[in-house]
Amino acid sequence: MTNSPLTPGIVSGRLPAAALAANFADVEPPLDRHEAMVAADRCYFCHDAPCITACPTAIDIPLFIRQIATGTPEAAATTIWTQNILGGMCARVCPTETLCEEACVREAAEGKPVEIGRLQRYATDIAMAKGLHPFTRAASTGRRVAVVGAGPAGLACAHRLAMHGHDVTIYDARDKPGGLNEYGIAAYKTTGGFAQAEVAWLLSIGGIVIETGKALGRDFTLDDLRARFDAVFLGLGLQGVNALRVPGEALARDAVDFIAGLRQAGDWADVPVGRDVVVIGGGMTAVDAAVQSKLLGAETVTIVYRRGPEKLSASVYEQEHAKTAGVRILTNAAPVAVHGDGAAAEVEFAYTEEGPDGLRQLPERFRLKADQVFKAIGQTLAGVPEGLALTGGKIAVTGPGRTSIPGVWAGGDCAAGGEDLTVTAVAEGRDAAEDIHAALAAGRGRG
Amino acid sequence: MASLATEFVGIRSPNPFWLASAPPTDKQYNVVRAFKAGWGGVVWKTLGEDGPPVVNVNGPRYGAVWGADRRLLGLNNIELITDRPLEVNLREIKQVKRDWPDRAVVVSLMVPCEEESWKAILKRVEETECDGVELNFGCPHGMSERGMGSAVGQVPEYIEMVTRWCKQHSRMPVLVKLTPNITDIRYPARAALRGGADAVSLINTVSSITSVNLDTFSPEPSIDGKGSHGGYCGPAVKPIALNMVAEIARDAETRGLPISGIGGITTWRDAAEFIALGAGTVQVCTAAMTYGFRIVQEMISGLAQYLDSKGMTLGDLRGRAVPNVTDWQYLNLEYVTKARINQDLCIKCGRCYAACEDTSHQAIAMKPGRVFEVIDAECVACNLCVNVCPVENCITMERLPPGATDPRTGRIVGDYANWTTHPNNPMARAAE
Ligand SMILES: Cc1cc2nc3c(=O)[nH]c(=O)nc-3n(C[C@H](O)[C@H](O)[C@H](O)COP(=O)(O)OP(=O)(O)OC[C@H]3O[C@@H](n4cnc5c(N)ncnc54)[C@H](O)[C@@H]3O)c2cc1C
Ligand SMILES: Cc1cc2nc3c(=O)[nH]c(=O)nc-3n(C[C@H](O)[C@H](O)[C@H](O)COP(=O)(O)O)c2cc1C
Ligand code: SF4
Repeated sequence: MTNSPLTPGIVSGRLPAAALAANFADVEPPLDRHEAMVAADRCYFCHDAPCITACPTAIDIPLFIRQIATGTPEAAATTIWTQNILGGMCARVCPTETLCEEACVREAAEGKPVEIGRLQRYATDIAMAKGLHPFTRAASTGRRVAVVGAGPAGLACAHRLAMHGHDVTIYDARDKPGGLNEYGIAAYKTTGGFAQAEVAWLLSIGGIVIETGKALGRDFTLDDLRARFDAVFLGLGLQGVNALRVPGEALARDAVDFIAGLRQAGDWADVPVGRDVVVIGGGMTAVDAAVQSKLLGAETVTIVYRRGPEKLSASVYEQEHAKTAGVRILTNAAPVAVHGDGAAAEVEFAYTEEGPDGLRQLPERFRLKADQVFKAIGQTLAGVPEGLALTGGKIAVTGPGRTSIPGVWAGGDCAAGGEDLTVTAVAEGRDAAEDIHAALAAGRGRG
Repeated sequence: MASLATEFVGIRSPNPFWLASAPPTDKQYNVVRAFKAGWGGVVWKTLGEDGPPVVNVNGPRYGAVWGADRRLLGLNNIELITDRPLEVNLREIKQVKRDWPDRAVVVSLMVPCEEESWKAILKRVEETECDGVELNFGCPHGMSERGMGSAVGQVPEYIEMVTRWCKQHSRMPVLVKLTPNITDIRYPARAALRGGADAVSLINTVSSITSVNLDTFSPEPSIDGKGSHGGYCGPAVKPIALNMVAEIARDAETRGLPISGIGGITTWRDAAEFIALGAGTVQVCTAAMTYGFRIVQEMISGLAQYLDSKGMTLGDLRGRAVPNVTDWQYLNLEYVTKARINQDLCIKCGRCYAACEDTSHQAIAMKPGRVFEVIDAECVACNLCVNVCPVENCITMERLPPGATDPRTGRIVGDYANWTTHPNNPMARAAE
């Protein structure tokens, strides 16, 4: 091996293969049976449990934990999947510390919640390994629904529709289904090709066809779909990226792009990364880009966020995770320029201050050495078909995902409302499917 | 999924999970919520004679025993039978049965040991169109002081007499609920059978004092500084109940008498065990009182999954373990096992060592690095280490195959031999 963390520039193979393998192993290894039993034993089976309320898909958590405790993880998985068909992925990627586990009464009692996410993984892993898929299709209705986007929202919607007996075609612009499960989530959260395995498992219900490499707006229009299908669901996610709007921006790269490349790499040793990496942003994407840069062997990685630490949208848990990985988090500093000749060399920042008129840049400046700069200041909706009403930069919806166009529903990141999380996308896809099903049954749908 | 539909003495329910006669079944509001949660049936809280209802204490009526993490293991109560007017209960029972025709509604009764009293109440209960009655001969506190409850259940002749009256004066199936506060459960069960009972249900609660307050020197629950023994129930009493159910299931006289199993049932596993020992339905009280009605969902999914995994029907499971309950004298003395400690699972707490070294057979060696190993030449296979180990399946019992030499006794292990033919048994029958 020739490269090391100290090698200047953007190069691959900074760490030996064994170190890379260890770095990208399961961040939270699965519970074994004994651990699961001890963890499950801690659940109090609360009445009207706060964890259920805190889960966007409202999984019956006390019930599934009780089913684990009584030695029936398969039944537990059924309980989970009944509400959340991507319960396996959510078990891995949900920020449980701000969802179910934050609400756990044992968090209040002892500051140590029941490990709901890990128990959820325990149950779904066992059931999936056994090839269980506890749902079957209802008799065919002969109705056809188009789903655009094979991310969590589209997949959840498609599965529920297929269950109700409708025929679903999913179109996705990318080569592989899964959306950000396949291209976005940090690699150490979903190891071993889980995203594709889960999609294959989900499709095993039947009645769903996925056509990849087919983009709405490029290969067909919304009107085409409305003409050919009884209903349309849009789960487009957020395909645009916010710009820094500073000189030298071209020298910086989109963090989501870097992550997508990393997720698709066959070998960690092939993924190039800078020696000194600067990530601009304060959310989950910034943390994921920073941590994974560090795991690839970057010598220094710094997240720089323009507002104060209390405004960071990455959870405290995520921040701790980043710090433990060796990432430095700077706050109250806004980029003013990326310097470099053909490649980034430094980023210049202005100190900032929160004032009565909002955030204000102070005259004082500083520079960080950077041979790689990532932008992670938010994704935006892009490529929305004309005629759809928007609100706050997202597709406006009422109730369970009804858009302004009759017969067209939307959910997940592209739709207004809810946090941009995998689990929220699943909930919205599922609920839209129920609404589509009801509409088709009532003879509505195609507008 | 396996069907859990149950028919018990002609009473149908969608599953074998019934709520036992107790506070959870004391009123329509509760019972309707229970049915919505999925319970297959209820035994309504015990009704008494018409007239002024019984009164309960107005201070605490429960005491408890907890395990680690304050898990409720045993509950004791000094509650009496329903303290609501008979008329109200009967009206609600009728309404519930009308609204929930597919669920079992059995009514528990306790009136003085006089034929007229039983005749009178049976007539009124029959008018509710409930599915059957259960005779509460089990309540060990309060009512027993008045010659009812376990005061009846402890005298087989009374059980037989009252059961006979009930069969005479009613067309309904009669379940006789037995008290565990006796020496041999077979006598009251046989008496119930002789009296014509369609089934027995057991157990009611066990006479108990859960704790004593060391500041006030009052038993708990304390009523103004005094306490009275209560009835114990919950997970702690399950072993007592299982044995009593098994005794009735395998007794020559009562074999085949339908049994509704009660006592500490908390999960599908507990229920399956009662069913395997012959119970046709199971009844639950403490678990519902601890966790709410929703626990039945785990019982339903768990039992169905278990039956599927075994390829059995509910009927196949019923009584499946009964032939394996035997007398000590028939146990195979050639079944020689040794404890084995899985070093990969061992967390090196040393509890097995303390147990064996201090109180048993000095058959575990503690080696450098806190490595615990069984000494086969000393191990009598008592199972204590298995039971005290905090890690499930870390210590297991492995059988020595026939033909092997037991290093403890130097004997060659045979196939089968029991006490009845053992040379040390003065009553041994010569092997033929
Ligand atoms: C880097 C990163 C890390 C994240 N980590 C987490 C995490 O740990 N936990 C968590 O809960 N959430 C996380 N999220 C958020 C989460 O991934 C999203 O909220 C979720 O994936 C949204 O699902 P979706 O189905 O709405 O969209 P997406 O997952 O984005 O899927 C949209 C799909 O639509 C397709 N598509 C888009 N436009 C078209 C078109 N015109 N024609 C055809 N197909 C199209 C896309 O190719 C894509 O497959 C993360 C997000 C990012 C960016
Ligand atoms: C508070 C309380 C009240 C009870 N009242 C009655 C009763 O009125 N009639 C009766 O037959 N059994 C009564 N029981 C006994 C239960 O029906 C049941 O037999 C016993 O609690 C064992 O079951 P468990 O371990 O599931 O609680 C009562 C139990 C409790 C805890
Ligand atoms: S459970 Fe508590 S609040 Fe309810 S009646 Fe009993 S003592 Fe009162």
